[in-house]
Amino acid sequence: MTGERGEPAALLTPAQVKGTVLTVRRVDAYYAMTVIAPGVAARFRPGQFVAVAVGGPQTSMLLRRAFSIHEVRPDHGGTVEFVFAVAGPGTQWLSERRTRDTLDVAGPLGRPFPLPRDPVNALLVGGGYGSAPLFALGDKLRGRGGAVDFLLGAASADRVFGALTARRTGRTAVITTEDGSMGARGQVTDLLAQVIHEARTDVIYACGPMGMLRAVTSLASRYDIPVQALVEESMACGTGVCMTCVLPVIGEDGVTRMTRSCIDGPVFRGDLVRWDDVGTIPFDALGAPGWKPRPQAKPRLSARPQPPGRQPAGKQPGGKPQPGRARAGPAAGRRGHGR
Amino acid sequence: MAVDLRSRLAHVELPSPILTASGCAGAGRELARFFDVAKIGAVVTKSVMLAPRSGRPTPRMAETPSGMLNSIGLQGPGIDAFLQRDLPWLLSRGARAVVSIAGGTVDEYAELAARLSDASGVTAVEVNISCPNVEDRGQVFACDPGGAAAVIEAVRARIRYDVPVFAKLSPDVTDIVAIAGACVRAGADGLSMINTLLGMAIDTKTLRPALAGVTGGLSGPAIKPVAVRCIWQVHEAFPDVPIIGMGGVRTGLDALELMLAGASTVSVGTAIFHDPSA
Repeated sequence: MTGERGEPAALLTPAQVKGTVLTVRRVDAYYAMTVIAPGVAARFRPGQFVAVAVGGPQTSMLLRRAFSIHEVRPDHGGTVEFVFAVAGPGTQWLSERRTRDTLDVAGPLGRPFPLPRDPVNALLVGGGYGSAPLFALGDKLRGRGGAVDFLLGAASADRVFGALTARRTGRTAVITTEDGSMGARGQVTDLLAQVIHEARTDVIYACGPMGMLRAVTSLASRYDIPVQALVEESMACGTGVCMTCVLPVIGEDGVTRMTRSCIDGPVFRGDLVRWDDVGTIPFDALGAPGWKPRPQAKPRLSARPQPPGRQPAGKQPGGKPQPGRARAGPAAGRRGHGR
Repeated sequence: MAVDLRSRLAHVELPSPILTASGCAGAGRELARFFDVAKIGAVVTKSVMLAPRSGRPTPRMAETPSGMLNSIGLQGPGIDAFLQRDLPWLLSRGARAVVSIAGGTVDEYAELAARLSDASGVTAVEVNISCPNVEDRGQVFACDPGGAAAVIEAVRARIRYDVPVFAKLSPDVTDIVAIAGACVRAGADGLSMINTLLGMAIDTKTLRPALAGVTGGLSGPAIKPVAVRCIWQVHEAFPDVPIIGMGGVRTGLDALELMLAGASTVSVGTAIFHDPSA
């Protein structure tokens, strides 16, 4: 699948290092871990992630956990910070690391957020600790003369990550919680339209649970605002070989492919992801059961463009019911965190 | 210190006995970011089919104790794209390519073999007759000596005479020696074992299967003793048939264990997910 959109820049640069843990901090419901990983820090661009091995050298947990990079700093030759919630034995083990422990870290992985050439009004939407990768992006956008507004949401106040930073660095920062314990009661999508109007948003960058990304994309499309969505699909390797983290994504040629979020993502143009079909194989996806290449034609050029989201999910084998509402909070995020 | 690690895959010489296992290295391109793909014995590519294939729905992966279940379902670009893009890339990097092929019918395997015959630079062919992630278990040729032999015979007939054919076997059979014998008699130059074991996990929170495909293939160190047993049994019965051993190899000593059982070369699979430079 690689190379279909040109050689991904991300393919050229990751490092795998034995990092040294600098700090593990409790941040409300989450943990923030800073690791000295010079090779990773030096190459980082906002939106990229690290894949961390858990459990030590003799571990019975074979799969790496993928986490968005929250921040890199130049101290100690280069440090990387990521945010996680304890949701399984792997993340439990991570939370028990202490200063000077070593950690096998591969990164930075994946395609970063694309940055506009001109200054823009950018709205950064985060669900739960999906906000973690947005602050480094905000710095970059501001550095280009753009205005940055934040809209962060979660189930409760302790699950909103970075509210303070958002208020400090954003032109505006709107917070929503489902229980009303911080900011407005409700979900980010309840206030999205209002914030778009007030901030005169040109572009939205979003990270959070699938349901939230789907809702944000669909709302933004009504205002013709492009969305760059960072997905939290569960991964096994994070490096592009295992084919676990695939989503149905429409290519430039109009053909839907089961696309790896680790190497062709994790940032996708929101309108190209078939959110309603995530967790299924859409019938018109390249190579879907019953799909036939046209004889004598190159298979990937032969199909006609299909509008997104035609096939209702759930009709496909293995289709799962769609989430009724956008959810926020760690239970809804899938990447690395259920483990 | 230079150590001579040259190894043989049937009549083909490799610089090292360590290979990647099919499905765990794509076509090498992603891993080239972490190590030099020309330095290992060969890259065994992810099984390629005639047509592009989307695979199974997600979630496709579940971690299990010292292992993982996968139900990828042979997602891949199809043989055309493979020959146009992936194989030339591997060769341009100086790597050797063992091409794994998979099909739903004997004719599909034969057609794939014919297509590979026209391509140059194929070090060997691994015939995947044992992928557990197909809709119909009856399609797993490696569960039946007759079916296995029919596929191997068809591939051997169509592939160039100097390209060795390896049959990839499933451990999920009553008598793996019988299947191995059928493949060897049908013309297989060697055997690859083992493929993943069919397994299943249920999420006790959601009370639903952990995989969208319900069942999946179990791999990782958890299955290493099964691999050692299969290799040992088959090597006892056919001491002259070269075996590519795989199943749970993570360290050099694991590889040695498979070789002691009778493998001539060893493939590393799931461990690559854990450590891409392993």
